[in-house]
Amino acid sequence: MPRVKVPRKSTSVDMTAMCDVAFLLLSFFILTTKFKASDALAVTTPKSVSTKVVDNKNVVLITMDKEGKAYISLGDEDKDEKEAVIDLIDQWKGLSLTAAEKKSWLAPSSYIGVPFSQLKSFLQLTPDQVKNFKSPGIPVTDTANNEMEMWVRAVQSAYQGKKMNLLLKGDNDAKYPVFKGIMTALKKNEIFKFSMVTDPQGVPEGTDLWKTNQRNPGKATDAE
Amino acid sequence: MAEMDTSSGGGHKKGPGVKKGKKLSTRVDLTPMVDLGFLLITFFIFTTTMSEPTAMRLFLPKDTEKPEDQNKVKSSGALTIMLGKDNGVFYYEGELLPDGSNFKSSGFKDIRQEIITKKKSTNPEDFVVVIKAGPESTYKNTVDILDEMAINEVKRYALVDIVDVELQLMKATENAGK
Repeated sequence: MPRVKVPRKSTSVDMTAMCDVAFLLLSFFILTTKFKASDALAVTTPKSVSTKVVDNKNVVLITMDKEGKAYISLGDEDKDEKEAVIDLIDQWKGLSLTAAEKKSWLAPSSYIGVPFSQLKSFLQLTPDQVKNFKSPGIPVTDTANNEMEMWVRAVQSAYQGKKMNLLLKGDNDAKYPVFKGIMTALKKNEIFKFSMVTDPQGVPEGTDLWKTNQRNPGKATDAE
Repeated sequence: MAEMDTSSGGGHKKGPGVKKGKKLSTRVDLTPMVDLGFLLITFFIFTTTMSEPTAMRLFLPKDTEKPEDQNKVKSSGALTIMLGKDNGVFYYEGELLPDGSNFKSSGFKDIRQEIITKKKSTNPEDFVVVIKAGPESTYKNTVDILDEMAINEVKRYALVDIVDVELQLMKATENAGK
């Protein structure tokens, strides 16, 4: 009987193919990744079933942080509007801001979270100092002295003739009175619709909205 | 593949005194490279933000001083939801009875069932949800309850200021639960 010769095979596998796959995936992820823009203000937004993606054009962002402090910031592309806003505030409040102070507001991703009384000194801070500066927030809860109202008015006149995209980004833990203060500021300026930035979440099964989505799939759900 | 034929196929023969150079394999072990590749992949997967933030539209009613301009709510079709502290939810149907006996406490999990029940049992024309957020409630609670309106397709709802009676009832219920 002839002996069957079992050839001894090496256990080492050729890794080249695996390496190719790994780097292919790696390049895919590198190219598709959009890094989260490091926000100056850390805010965890609540979840909602809304599927409308935020439009990033002509953004006017009002932020509420978890301590209930309000901030305002404008999109970086809208340099002219930014300038107009600070000019108007300067004029109305008689703050006599210098060109250098206005320039620090024109810097990218700048925000304002101080009352008018502190605005001048806030704008004098260097970017490093701003990072460590604890903003007291724009006063909104006091009905008699809702400074957000004036900011919104300035923003509104700066964006005249343009469609501004008013976004409200609030933290989960912000208290309702702050939200109400901002709503009042908007209402006083005859702004009755705005968008709230949220994180997407699935629609619970069996609910009315879920049934509607099943009937006409692919349609964006929006609370309009 | 990543290997080369290193055998000098029929090259010149070296003299007897010449030492033969050791043939080194050009085959490289790629395992560490694969490891590194996958490590980086995991890193990018975790840092990628796949979900873009979405926007929720909110329409506010205009404040009207004149009572005749205000929409009257048929009280039987109203469901009033109040938001208290520590994610507490309270509600009553129709009008609040003087003794507060129809004031019930609920939670974010159970309120949906209440809304569905009320929606089914009421004439769609009259159905309206009144949302009253207390000063202790958070922004998350407000968004959650507005989201609940979207989930249950409540067409008419309003954000209204809370009144003292309700606030006190809410406080009393909160304290009783402790």
